[in-house]
Amino acid sequence: MTKALIRYSPLLILAIAWELTARLELVSTTALPPLSDVIAAWIDMIKDGELITNGASSLYRAFAGLALAILIGGALGIGMAWWKPVNVLLAPIVEIFYPLPKSALIPVTVIWLGFGDGSKILLIFLGCMLPVTIGAFNGARASEQVLVWSARSMGASKMRMLWDVVLPSAMPELLNGVRTALALSFILLVSSELIVAQKGFGYLIGSLGANGSYDAMYAVVLTVAFLGFAADRLYLLITRWTFAWRM
Amino acid sequence: MAHVAPAETDEAPVLRLARTLLWGFARIFSVVLLLVVWEALSRSGKFTPYQLPAPSAVLERIWSDGVSGDLAINTALTLYRALVSFAICAVGGVLIGMAMTRSKIANWFFDPIISVGFPMPKIAFLPVVILWLGVYDVSKITIIVIDAIFPVIAATVIAIQNVEREFIWSARNMGATNREVLTQIVLPAAMPQIMTGLQVALPLTLIVAVVAEMLMGGYGLGGAMMTASRFANSTGVFAGIVEIAVIGYVMVKAMAMVRRRLLIWHQEANDPTTA
Repeated sequence: MTKALIRYSPLLILAIAWELTARLELVSTTALPPLSDVIAAWIDMIKDGELITNGASSLYRAFAGLALAILIGGALGIGMAWWKPVNVLLAPIVEIFYPLPKSALIPVTVIWLGFGDGSKILLIFLGCMLPVTIGAFNGARASEQVLVWSARSMGASKMRMLWDVVLPSAMPELLNGVRTALALSFILLVSSELIVAQKGFGYLIGSLGANGSYDAMYAVVLTVAFLGFAADRLYLLITRWTFAWRM
Repeated sequence: MAHVAPAETDEAPVLRLARTLLWGFARIFSVVLLLVVWEALSRSGKFTPYQLPAPSAVLERIWSDGVSGDLAINTALTLYRALVSFAICAVGGVLIGMAMTRSKIANWFFDPIISVGFPMPKIAFLPVVILWLGVYDVSKITIIVIDAIFPVIAATVIAIQNVEREFIWSARNMGATNREVLTQIVLPAAMPQIMTGLQVALPLTLIVAVVAEMLMGGYGLGGAMMTASRFANSTGVFAGIVEIAVIGYVMVKAMAMVRRRLLIWHQEANDPTTA
């Protein structure tokens, strides 16, 4: 307990410095409202449900886009490693689209699917798919030949080998790709909602900022930042727990 | 990413040429196919030109942007913002990383900030940065640096911690000063991992530059796309994507080349690369 306190004390110091700078009015309180006001605004927004409804729609978009990206991206990556023609066909396309800054797709997804959930889910799906694909591809390609051979010599069918040998050995790299995708999904979610949306965290940040209720805006910004951090830690915990057999 | 065709030495040269050609064709086949399908779909009448402008129209638009000089201005501004931020991230990130490995106090202060800040979607702080610094280059560069510096710091810390102790001990034994140990032993040995951190940071700078430009408007490729989208000019939007895609591709490839050049002495230079 005290160890954790010492370890994280710089964060506490920053928080106290924030409160003091604002209270002593070293900077204008519109630019930096005191942390205590921000917390009060956060509690208010939880109470009237504003944060929860917007948060729920944001999380739904991130989750749906990410789930699609993992399913389709993972299947593509393993397919590319397992069947050469798939690789020949897809590798150049992956190579061209991988370095594309995915935020450039925000206006197009809006042209295609409008201002609602659809465009955000499509954006997150497109943006998060390639890291998963590349993770799955590298993992599956590196699966030990000895294991594949022994499975084959024991009479496993192609599908069985894929399911029982290639997929499990591709898992660590695939999961690393998913972790990258998870971080990316939050970035894309917030940016697209900041730019065009009618609900969600990003929209809330934008509209609160436009109204000048900066303490509430800070509260939402910190909530999103914390959720991104918590999602990453939760993901690590789950993967460590599920894949204890590999360690 | 590319599979290398197995080299068969006893093959006739003609066969080898045919194989190379075939392989080259296979590599661009799908890209050509994609363009053909795109053109065909946009001409089929199933989609309005608003939903899917033809690639030929998009190319024409890029050409006219290029002739009018807009393309050069926007590209130069976006690149300027991304690369200045990248330089700040590279220098600042490596310095902070080095400080964290050398001083207990720096480590105590920065370690929790890095471990909490790294996985956060820092782009959410964009409105706060705008509130503080306005909508000009300073705030764009600030938000890009906030987003892209974390991978550099984390990579530097891990890289320096992983430098083999024996190297440092032998250098000390032979009378190297602290500065010599740092510049001649620690930094070169840590270089591969630091480069990996930089390679993560570089695409991030472009992603965030585009978002910041979209949100704040003005010149720059992101701003130009947003303007086009406000006027329902989807050809302009698609042209923006193609332009940004080309820049992203060139930047990533250039970075991989720099890495190969800088690490030519390292054993990884002989390994097949995936980048």
